[in-house]
Amino acid sequence: MKKILIAFIPLSVLLGLLLLLFLNMGYHNETIPSPLIGKPAPAFSLPTLYGDETLSNADFMGEPWLLNVFGSWCPNCLYEHPVVSQLAASGDVKVVGLNWKDEFEDADNWLTRLGNPYHHIMVDYVGKTAIDFGVYGAPETFLINAEGIIVHKIVGELTPENVANEIRPRLEQMQ
Amino acid sequence: MKQFVRIFALLIITSSFNSFAIEVYEFKNDEQRELYQDLTKELRCLVCQNQNLADSDADLARDLKDQVAEFVINNQDKDTILAYMIQRYGDFVTYNPPLNASTFFLWFSPFLVLLIGAVILVINIRKKHNE
Amino acid sequence: MLPHIGQFLLVLALLLSVALMILPLTGYFKNNQTLMLTARPLSYLLFGVTFAAFIMLIVLFVQQDFSVRYVAQNSALELPLRYRITATWGAHEGSILMWVTVQALWIAAVAKFSRSLSLSQIARVLSVLGWIATGFMAFVVFASNPFETIFPVPLDGQDLNPLLQDFGMIMHPPLLYFGYVGLSVAFALSIAALIGGEINEKWIRWSRRWTNLAWAFLTMGIILGSWWAYYELGWGGWWFWDPVENASFLPWLAATALIHVQAVSERKNAFRGWTVLLAIIAFSLCILGTFLVRSGSITSVHSFAADPFRGIFILVLLAIYTGTALTLYAFRANRLRSRDTINLESRETLMLANSLIFITATFTILLGTLFPMIFEAVGKKISVGAPYFGLMFFVLMIPVAVLLPLGSQLGWHRSSVTAAIKQLLPYFVAATILMIITWLVYKPLNMRALAGIYGGLWVFIATVGQWFKQRGRPTAGFVGMSVAHLGFAVFLFSMSMTEHKDTEQDILMQPGSTVHVGGYDFTFNGVDRVKIENYQAQQGHITVTKNDRVITTLNPQKRFYPKQQMPMTEAAIYAGWTKDIYVSLGEAVNNQGSWAVRIYIKPLIRWMWFGGIMMLAGAVIGLFSARIKRQEDQQLDEVMKKQLNLP
Repeated sequence: MKKILIAFIPLSVLLGLLLLLFLNMGYHNETIPSPLIGKPAPAFSLPTLYGDETLSNADFMGEPWLLNVFGSWCPNCLYEHPVVSQLAASGDVKVVGLNWKDEFEDADNWLTRLGNPYHHIMVDYVGKTAIDFGVYGAPETFLINAEGIIVHKIVGELTPENVANEIRPRLEQMQ
Repeated sequence: MKQFVRIFALLIITSSFNSFAIEVYEFKNDEQRELYQDLTKELRCLVCQNQNLADSDADLARDLKDQVAEFVINNQDKDTILAYMIQRYGDFVTYNPPLNASTFFLWFSPFLVLLIGAVILVINIRKKHNE
Repeated sequence: MLPHIGQFLLVLALLLSVALMILPLTGYFKNNQTLMLTARPLSYLLFGVTFAAFIMLIVLFVQQDFSVRYVAQNSALELPLRYRITATWGAHEGSILMWVTVQALWIAAVAKFSRSLSLSQIARVLSVLGWIATGFMAFVVFASNPFETIFPVPLDGQDLNPLLQDFGMIMHPPLLYFGYVGLSVAFALSIAALIGGEINEKWIRWSRRWTNLAWAFLTMGIILGSWWAYYELGWGGWWFWDPVENASFLPWLAATALIHVQAVSERKNAFRGWTVLLAIIAFSLCILGTFLVRSGSITSVHSFAADPFRGIFILVLLAIYTGTALTLYAFRANRLRSRDTINLESRETLMLANSLIFITATFTILLGTLFPMIFEAVGKKISVGAPYFGLMFFVLMIPVAVLLPLGSQLGWHRSSVTAAIKQLLPYFVAATILMIITWLVYKPLNMRALAGIYGGLWVFIATVGQWFKQRGRPTAGFVGMSVAHLGFAVFLFSMSMTEHKDTEQDILMQPGSTVHVGGYDFTFNGVDRVKIENYQAQQGHITVTKNDRVITTLNPQKRFYPKQQMPMTEAAIYAGWTKDIYVSLGEAVNNQGSWAVRIYIKPLIRWMWFGGIMMLAGAVIGLFSARIKRQEDQQLDEVMKKQLNLP
């Protein structure tokens, strides 16, 4: 009897393995979760795309805001542009752009062509601040609260779905 | 203040040509160069299909390699540089999994398996012997 | 027309494998000789039809028939003939067709070379093999049809992936498949034994030849893959612990454990249940590997294009084959009760201990490969790579290296450990002296390098010593074992040297300038353009000298394949007895012709692979074991006597 019980151990291992492999096919994706959720946004001090300002964390304290990492070279940024514009136009949250690894002329042309939805646009062409934020691709969007804490991050383009399911509820919570 | 020379690549042939993973930095000595090589082998390229920074051509990999080189030339040690990356990108960025409660099983189960196996082996050998 | 013939042949092959699965086994249960006798003819027929289908696909490639989707995706008008042929197995559908062809080939071989088995035994084995063939053939027919046609017919194909336009890549998959499929024979034998409720030394003896041969093929396939990655990918690496690499390494580790357990359980009626279980595990790992590589579950440059339907299909196959096997094992393993005693102080114990370590290594690498998946189930991401695998595997190999000479020094059945240690002492001393000398010459060497060097020297010297102490004519088994163990030692030593004493530098070079790396002078003579076959390249010219004597000229290339719009770096390697000099081109840095160049000096790297080849050579030599042949001839006599009803 004991022998049969022991002989069933390999079978249970197989079952567990099959379950893992099967479930993994469903949930496997390439998104890397951010370790900065719940932590203060990294210190930054960046020039703006237009005008001669320099903006830093202190300039954004006091109300929640979205940091949207984009570039004129990024195809998915094109896809999300209407959603970003809509969100910014609704006035529910301040949308700030971070123009990443780009060139002024290209970014300018892109924004002129599509429209500039951003409240401010900061520029990081060397990429240091982006690394501080753990950015590994574009587009990425960070939701930062009034105290400067990163509350949520969306990797990939903003869609009506993820705005409705992930951003708006959190904005409401903050009221 | 940058104390190293970064060599910018010019794309010569066609625009579809990716730059290749060879960045040239001016390290102060062999130890620095080896530390850089160690680190870029241990750190993962986040936008590649399972490659380390050393083997990767991606733009982000180049940025991260520049950062690592800058730290190395400024005499930062391995742990500090790794911590910098992990702080920003999480444990995923290093190929060396951390040792903590959730990875305890990963690091210690091999020895457990070996131990249990050895016990089973000895029992089975002795059992035969006593029959 | 031809594609339709191909498809017909595949369906026919599927029907044949179903017949092979059902008829002989039914004959076994009903004690019906005629049904059992269908096993061999069906096997030969299955091979004929499957092979014809495979040849059909090759013909379609040679003829550049772009109406076939698979050909259009993997070939092009400009693709040279030799690569058109090998493109047959360059992507998923074709490579799976190759798998089933190799499977059919082994089935036919088993049918042919099994005279020493009785009819009831061979009927069972071939039926089980037919069962395996059915599953994979169904996979081809229903989920990976290579003969699917497209309309309209494209004017040109999409070309074969440039990375695959290469000899190493040509041989690597077939060799691996020979290994994987070979392990299905041991698996089939296990199932057949469980069905019959008996496993005697005849089974195991017969199985050993097949398992050792499969192991040899698997070893060669892995070595080739490693060597290919080294010279093709341009970064001097030869093993990354990538999940796809691990997928081939796991069956190898399990098979290594298996061949050593089989050596024990053939001689003694002991641990036969373990032999059966290990054979099941080894082949299951082959199927698991196939799943990992083709399902899109893991992130890897090596994986085939992902397809969830195919993934589920293979998962179902894994569930059926391994599930059935393990269920059978759970219920019938108690029939395989061992009766012989094993003494603690004997060669058997050490061989079993060795297998235990390899089983632990199998577990460890499997866990490490799957761990990110487990983590992801709870929403976290983690990477498990070379630092983990390298450390764990190394730690596990230390006891293997330490105990190996003790194992080969001890005698079978009953021996004395103290006496063995006394005999090994001089070798230990010699190894220690050589280790110290190596350290003095090559320091600094870290702990891992030293351990590997020490282990390699110890195994080498002890094995050579045992060879010379051997009395009488050495048997094939002894020669094979010695060669394989020497290969292990050579591998260990060379790997430690090449990992820890290599030199790597990235340098900016102006035309005409010279740099000094690793004792050699490298002079950069600029880059020019070349056009060859189906690619263009920028080719660098670097002269390597030492003490003003020209060693060689290296011409690394940066290739561009216009069809696939894919750039590729082709390193230039000077392969030497003591080291490799390896140069690859980075990129042009300014318009004065300066380039970033990577230079590697890799000591003893060729010896590392040669050690691997020695290991498999040992296994092949062992196939000619006179002892086994003698006993097989005896078995054959018994079988024939029974069939002729002689006393």
